[in-house]
Amino acid sequence: MIHSLFLVNATGDIFLEKHWKSVVSRSVCDYFFEAQERATEPENIPPVIPTPHHYLISVLRHRIYFVAVIQSEVPPLFVIEFLHRVVDTFQDYFGVCTEAAIKDNVVVVYELLEEMLDNGFPLATESNILKELIKPPTILRTVVNTITGSTNVGEQLPTGQLSVVPWRRTGVKYTNNEAYFDVVEEIDAIIDKSGSTITAEIQGVIDACVKLTGMPDLTLSFMNPRLLDDVSFHPCVRFKRWEAERILSFIPPDGNFRLLSYHVSSQNLVAIPVYVKHNITFREGSSQGRFDLTLGPKQTMGKAVESVLVSSQLPRGVLNTSLNPSQGTYTFDPVTKLLSWDVGKINPQKLPSLKGTMSLQAGASKPDENPTINIQFKIQQLAISGLKVNRLDMYGEKYKPFKGIKYMTKAGKFQVRT
Amino acid sequence: MSANSLAYSEQSGAEAAVELGQETTPTSSAGGAAFGLFSTDFKKNEDLKEMLESTKESLKLEAMKRVVGLIARGKNASELFPAVVKNVASKNIELKKLVYVYLVRYAEEQQDLALLSISTFQRALKDPNQLIRASALRVLSSIRVPIIVPIMMLAIKEAATDLSPYVRKTAAHAIQKLYSLDPDQKEHLVEVIEKLLKDKSTLVAGSVVMAFEEVCPERIDLIHKNYRKLCNLLMDVEEWGQVVIINMLTRYARTQFVSPWRQDGVFEENSEKAFYDSDEEKKEGAAQTKPYVMDPDHRLLLRNTKPLLQSRNTAVVMSVAQLYWHLAPKHEVSVVTKSLVRLLRSHREVQYVVLQNIATMSIQRKGMFEPFMKSFYVRSTDATHIKTLKLEILTNLANEANISTILREFQTYVKSQDKAFAAATIQAIGRCATNISEITDACLNGLVLLLSNRDETVVAESVVVIKKLLQTQPSQHSDIIKHMAKLFDNITVPMARASILWLIGEYCEHVPRIAPDVLRKMAKTFTSEEDIVKLQTVNLAAKLYLTNSKQTKLLTQYILNLGKYDQNYDIRDRTRFIRQLIVPNEKSGALSKYARRILLAPKPAPVLQSAFKDRDRFQLGTLSHTLNSKATGYLELSDWPDVAPDQSVRNVEVVEAAKEWAPGVSKTKPAKSDDDKFYSDSGEEEEAEGSDSGSSSGGSEDSSDSSSGESESEEKSESSEDSVKSSSQSEKSSDSGTDKKKKKTLKNKKLQQGKKAGKDGRSDEGQKNGRLEKSGSGSGSASASSEESSSAESSSESGSDSDSGTDQKRNTKPKPIKKVEETQKKEREASLLDLDDFSPAAVTMPKSSILSPSLLSDLEGLSLSSSTTPAIQVSSPVFVPVRPHELLHRMTGKGLAAQYHFPRQPCIYGDHMVSVQLTFNNHGDHALEDIHISEKTSTGQSIHCFRPIERLEPEASVTVSVGVDFNDSTQAASFQLCSKTERFSVSIQPAVGELLLPVTMTEQDFSREQGKLVGMNESSATITMAPETVSSQPVSKKVVSVANVGVVPSGQDNVHSPASKTSDF
Repeated sequence: MIHSLFLVNATGDIFLEKHWKSVVSRSVCDYFFEAQERATEPENIPPVIPTPHHYLISVLRHRIYFVAVIQSEVPPLFVIEFLHRVVDTFQDYFGVCTEAAIKDNVVVVYELLEEMLDNGFPLATESNILKELIKPPTILRTVVNTITGSTNVGEQLPTGQLSVVPWRRTGVKYTNNEAYFDVVEEIDAIIDKSGSTITAEIQGVIDACVKLTGMPDLTLSFMNPRLLDDVSFHPCVRFKRWEAERILSFIPPDGNFRLLSYHVSSQNLVAIPVYVKHNITFREGSSQGRFDLTLGPKQTMGKAVESVLVSSQLPRGVLNTSLNPSQGTYTFDPVTKLLSWDVGKINPQKLPSLKGTMSLQAGASKPDENPTINIQFKIQQLAISGLKVNRLDMYGEKYKPFKGIKYMTKAGKFQVRT
Repeated sequence: MSANSLAYSEQSGAEAAVELGQETTPTSSAGGAAFGLFSTDFKKNEDLKEMLESTKESLKLEAMKRVVGLIARGKNASELFPAVVKNVASKNIELKKLVYVYLVRYAEEQQDLALLSISTFQRALKDPNQLIRASALRVLSSIRVPIIVPIMMLAIKEAATDLSPYVRKTAAHAIQKLYSLDPDQKEHLVEVIEKLLKDKSTLVAGSVVMAFEEVCPERIDLIHKNYRKLCNLLMDVEEWGQVVIINMLTRYARTQFVSPWRQDGVFEENSEKAFYDSDEEKKEGAAQTKPYVMDPDHRLLLRNTKPLLQSRNTAVVMSVAQLYWHLAPKHEVSVVTKSLVRLLRSHREVQYVVLQNIATMSIQRKGMFEPFMKSFYVRSTDATHIKTLKLEILTNLANEANISTILREFQTYVKSQDKAFAAATIQAIGRCATNISEITDACLNGLVLLLSNRDETVVAESVVVIKKLLQTQPSQHSDIIKHMAKLFDNITVPMARASILWLIGEYCEHVPRIAPDVLRKMAKTFTSEEDIVKLQTVNLAAKLYLTNSKQTKLLTQYILNLGKYDQNYDIRDRTRFIRQLIVPNEKSGALSKYARRILLAPKPAPVLQSAFKDRDRFQLGTLSHTLNSKATGYLELSDWPDVAPDQSVRNVEVVEAAKEWAPGVSKTKPAKSDDDKFYSDSGEEEEAEGSDSGSSSGGSEDSSDSSSGESESEEKSESSEDSVKSSSQSEKSSDSGTDKKKKKTLKNKKLQQGKKAGKDGRSDEGQKNGRLEKSGSGSGSASASSEESSSAESSSESGSDSDSGTDQKRNTKPKPIKKVEETQKKEREASLLDLDDFSPAAVTMPKSSILSPSLLSDLEGLSLSSSTTPAIQVSSPVFVPVRPHELLHRMTGKGLAAQYHFPRQPCIYGDHMVSVQLTFNNHGDHALEDIHISEKTSTGQSIHCFRPIERLEPEASVTVSVGVDFNDSTQAASFQLCSKTERFSVSIQPAVGELLLPVTMTEQDFSREQGKLVGMNESSATITMAPETVSSQPVSKKVVSVANVGVVPSGQDNVHSPASKTSDF
């Protein structure tokens, strides 16, 4: 399966390598660098690259390439999924997954990688198990360790490995027992020039942060479970129960985890919370272009649209812009031609707008296509699909936990074609 | 170590020294940095060596941490080996682990020294702590020193029988390591694998199957006995193991079961379908060969993998999807669609792989992904390879019904700033145009407009695609050729120029005046052209010489002379050849007589096809499929066997648990004896089966009986149970099993109930550890109290009693429906999956309404002027009602039901037509053939008919689109709907709102156009509404749901201006 792993940073340096079988020379990465050179954008590097003796499967996250070396047939998704799991684990352990964080914690990283794979086959990827084997570094623990000489490495096999609930460690104790659930929905949409929706769909997740003593058994039910069209679960969720009663019944892992991701059935009309009025024109032969953009709320169910960020990749011919935002700040990078406008909150009384001119390269012909506008926004206290949690119950433990549920709607890939 | 590695480590030494300074040891680093390049390397390792040899644990640990840091950065630390290896026996577990890391990395280089550590591992293998035992085995097996192979072998054998499943798992991993170190050990290793395959722990299953795949994938016989166990365990295996097991089982199933994809005969999967049309079956049954009945083990695999589609692990979802693709009956494959589309939300790399697989699938099965077409729309932020893949899929999905929507989308793509992608889009348009003949002309016109594009790549690609399209029907398109000839001077891309020349040459008879002129121009610029253009010029000259020698003789001579002295030998060769061929002289002989036939032979049009056409030779989801070439270690998926191998090999001998049961039981359900968990599972299943045992879905249970000789048992059952005699013949093979079993089942029931008490006790225990019910026990133990379940059971029993006796006799149509209901009621807490299997094809997605705008106007959008013109444009509908209208009721239609609805898309068949989507359902019990519309309408409207439907199976449905020209009146269009035997008069009544097309216009335009409208064209209505609802939304929603209009953006708040046009506006 996975032979070796190389971590490559944005400048093309290999800053970490790990081999699970015999050592593969790092020169194998030259094929990767070749592909990197050929690709115009970092995202354009093909995830699977064949070389004469090996295959390279890479993922790009946080501007770090995780390049796995494979020697024989294996489902590529298997490797990709695993690499992403590695990144998630690093993030979980160090808070961020950057080159600096990995270099600072190189020993923990190595210990983790050693536990996660044996002979290239995943051994333990569940964060609860790993944390029992290797404790995450904290400042307090480092101090204590240097004084007492104790270690970060667990001596016993984590109980989870053998139990029927491998995702939960035993002996969890909290003084405050809390369970928080965040229902986060994202709207993916493509809006065409005239403002009508070409495609729109809602994807949602329920992220949980559960800090409960002992072995609690939770059930979560919805007011309107029929909304959920396609779902995928954390392994802790009992599938049969969902199939039969549309109730989520589970023994939760300790800490943060993603309980559920879902897709709202496409029959429902998706409410689009913002609209964009735009007028972007380039005139033939002139070195000026007009840029005029106004945002406004619609179908927000009375909630405020916040953290609005508009970004757009302007055509290559644009040299610079002189724009005037009615609120917020805007930046334009003349090298990457990326325009971004941090709008903030939309005030329905006074709609935010961005107006002005663009200076174009003299003599260049006018661009074929108007730029696409990407919009990000957040709406607190609202699940746009109308999904509502009915109740959350706990069985198996005596105490009364504190329960909280939060709703939020965000823009996913929200694009407006102009 | 050679010289260059020394130099390398010197450099690194300097670096490391600097880093040392930043790290914690103050003693050596100050000096290290000062000494510079030469001495530090030595110095530093000395320093580490000292620390490792000190007596203080913390110093040693610190040193090891730094050594690991070196390894991680790829620096050489091998000379520390002696110092490190001493610490292998340390009590400090972290230190020990780091030493292990070091050992595994360098043992191969320092084999002799590595042997020093072996005894420590051997001791650790006996440690009471399972984690230490396991890690000792891990390291021991990772040390690639051939001398210790026997020791490893011994350790593996021992660990394979360890009490701890974790250690056994490690043993499974060690098998692969030893095999790669010494393949000669295979024989012994296979023995260990065989032993471990029998392991019941979910922890071991994945790893041992992995070992199996690596060491002895050809020993499929080892799987037989474990097949059912693996299927049942699958749900509980950790996710990585699931992937491996599913892939292995896919391969296994392809060798052991017969194909469920039988084309011939009445489709009769799993015999569930059979009783919908059992009447007919009865008659035909005798004549037919034995109908296909799915092996229950085959069904077991499909059933147990299906829930895994809901996994969060994308690799698991993909592997289930490929399993369904390769193993499931055709109509069941579509269950994977949604899950695959879900994966597209994941990371970019995941998208890439999933899209590739979807591309392959969508070639063979358009219908699977068509409802999700919009998920494949390209976003400007997608990476280029993702864009191209999405384009590929959209092209594959294109059909007559959705082509206009797709083309509209393509219009946007053509204008993309990413020119490579724009070019790929043009290719895609070309492919759509050849595949769907209705739109070829429209596409051609659109492409011609693109010829005036500013971007060269776009123009070049258009020319190439036009060339291919023209080849299919050149005679009608001489004006396009003329147009291209005019553009010729402005086009500089060689490939495009060459294509135009070829076109003119090939069809010079259609453009007799222009062709010589082009040749004249070419003669002028010949020397400065690219090679490919020169070759085509020669070609053109030759063709013209043959057809029009009067005008071109001299020009041709001139060009041939130029070619004769060209630098490129290819061109010189070609010139010489052409000259011999066309200019008759005494030497040329026979060949020149045929010059005309050689050069001007009619050429077949090229077939534009998908790049993913040939990918289906690889198993989906594999590396080989992604690369489209065979990867090392790829295992071919074998073809289905013609005759299934012996099924009984998968039967497992009775083990403990089953002994408590009635003696007959062991014969019926081997899988149940495995484990307590599965025991309860199968028990439940049995109940479910019992309750509907009359319905032949029980066919999935008859494994053991039928294996004992089908014909025999058939006879027996007939003679022994008279009541069954009249049961339909086609069902016999499955029934024979069930009937016999029924007796047993009844017996078992009694026993079971006694048993149940004990089971409940156990499942209560199970509740504590919570996992049990998820594991597929299906009893829903947390919710269902023991009382409930036992009462449910008894009722199901009585149900089965009556069923088996009476219903079996009149095995007629109403029965299945009743059965299904019954089961639904009872099975509520049993697995719903079974239910899903029950009605396989019934899930037809409501076709998301997508139809055709008038293509020409659509493609005119391709001309790039659209951003500035204020003209009225047809836009996509704001709202599409999905409510269908009845066209033909199934009672009047004798089984054939038809519904229609207005997709609110411009019609592809003509500007004046309104497109209507018809959905036919066959509710009858036999297939309907040749459904079509008789041409004439009684009311004078013209109708563009759909292609006749050749055959509509019972319970199947099909959607087609027709265009109707209502002449802008609301008069109903009546016509006759014909099948092979029947004729029904039907009529479509349009609502006035459906005759409109939404358009986009500014407010000013709107008021201007509004002024022009008078009298007849006005159609008004008053809407009363409560004052609190006066916001724009509900009103416009109401309006758009009634009429197909667009919304004009309005400055005033309470004015709603619907914009639309009738079809001849």
